[in-house]
Amino acid sequence: MNITRRQMLILLPAAAVAWESILAGTPESSPNYNLSEHWWGMLIDIPKCIGCGNCVRACQAENDVPDGYFRTWIERYHVTDSNLANPEVISPDGGKHGFPVAKEDKGKYFFVPKMCNHCAESPCTQVCPVGATFISPDGVVLVDQKYCLGCAYCVQACPYGSRYIHPQKRVADKCTLCYHRITKGLTTACCEACPTGARQLVDLKNPNDPIHAFLKTHAVQVLKPQMATGAKAFYNELDGSVR
Amino acid sequence: MPNFRDTGHLFRFAGIFVAAVLIFLAIRGWLVPHTFGQYGHYRGAALTEIAAKPVHFAGHQTCETCHSDIAEKKTAGKHVSVNCEACHGPLASHADDPSIQPAKLNTAQLCGQCHEASAAKPKGFPQVETESHANGVACETCHQAHSPAIAAGGAQ
Repeated sequence: MNITRRQMLILLPAAAVAWESILAGTPESSPNYNLSEHWWGMLIDIPKCIGCGNCVRACQAENDVPDGYFRTWIERYHVTDSNLANPEVISPDGGKHGFPVAKEDKGKYFFVPKMCNHCAESPCTQVCPVGATFISPDGVVLVDQKYCLGCAYCVQACPYGSRYIHPQKRVADKCTLCYHRITKGLTTACCEACPTGARQLVDLKNPNDPIHAFLKTHAVQVLKPQMATGAKAFYNELDGSVR
Repeated sequence: MPNFRDTGHLFRFAGIFVAAVLIFLAIRGWLVPHTFGQYGHYRGAALTEIAAKPVHFAGHQTCETCHSDIAEKKTAGKHVSVNCEACHGPLASHADDPSIQPAKLNTAQLCGQCHEASAAKPKGFPQVETESHANGVACETCHQAHSPAIAAGGAQ
């Protein structure tokens, strides 16, 4: 085969491009799931939460969360006239086994389920030195556990305390918004297990999602709005004393 | 060109420089994962890896494909929007292989997780002091979990 110098110069980059695409392999097939068509979040309806702990147990069962660590947990607030700014907050074992019965009816009680807020401008992903944590194109904050060094910068950076270092894997771990479920058309384990519908997975890019009507007609807040994290865990009727 | 005499050493230096750049690019190409940068400053393949994790909660749609009678029964009662696995627990294993039978539920303990009376719970939520109400008798002795009556009292 005779190849001129000119042909060789054209063929070499072409071969390089071909080799690149061979290395990349065929893209993983994910039927009916398009990354760019979703922008996930969570709606948490405070008046509906009864503090049963189903979400905490479901999360631990679905995601093999180690004992004593939580991707989601429930806090119980007790606000009385004398402690409006400093409410009593309890979360025994993250609310996993429910809460002690409250006999005294003074003041106001309510439950606040907490989890990763899947912030659009998340502080945790900005501090990662190696690019192991990131916001996926569909709006979920995830950890690449093969790439994570376990330096725990992100654990310190999260203003919501939603991350921990996995005691066995020694890498950062957190709520994935059940990414393995929502990409298959299922809802998250916590939403599936919530008996009162206090938690609802929402897709902000889906024009038919009931979240759009809900946001128009309800007093919805995010946690720590002053930090401008772009949090996507929306709390309905959140009390001002919640930090 | 009197200004550029004895240029040989410059070319040698440039050669070393080019070689160093090529070696750097080769090592970088070898060390950086192939999908890094596919969507942003992270490994794109991590998305498919995380999405491939096993599912434990089958989802109520899956349950209802076989247990349509229970789904029908639920529509009449207050538990209509309570999903199957909220009480029965994660049962994807049973959905994959129906010969795996889920454990029988202990209603004396289970129902109380939601319905045990507490001043902390929302006022409109049906609550009962299980100890004085049932004294250890399983709830299903009187109540049908899949369709508690809407009428006042709740008992069948």
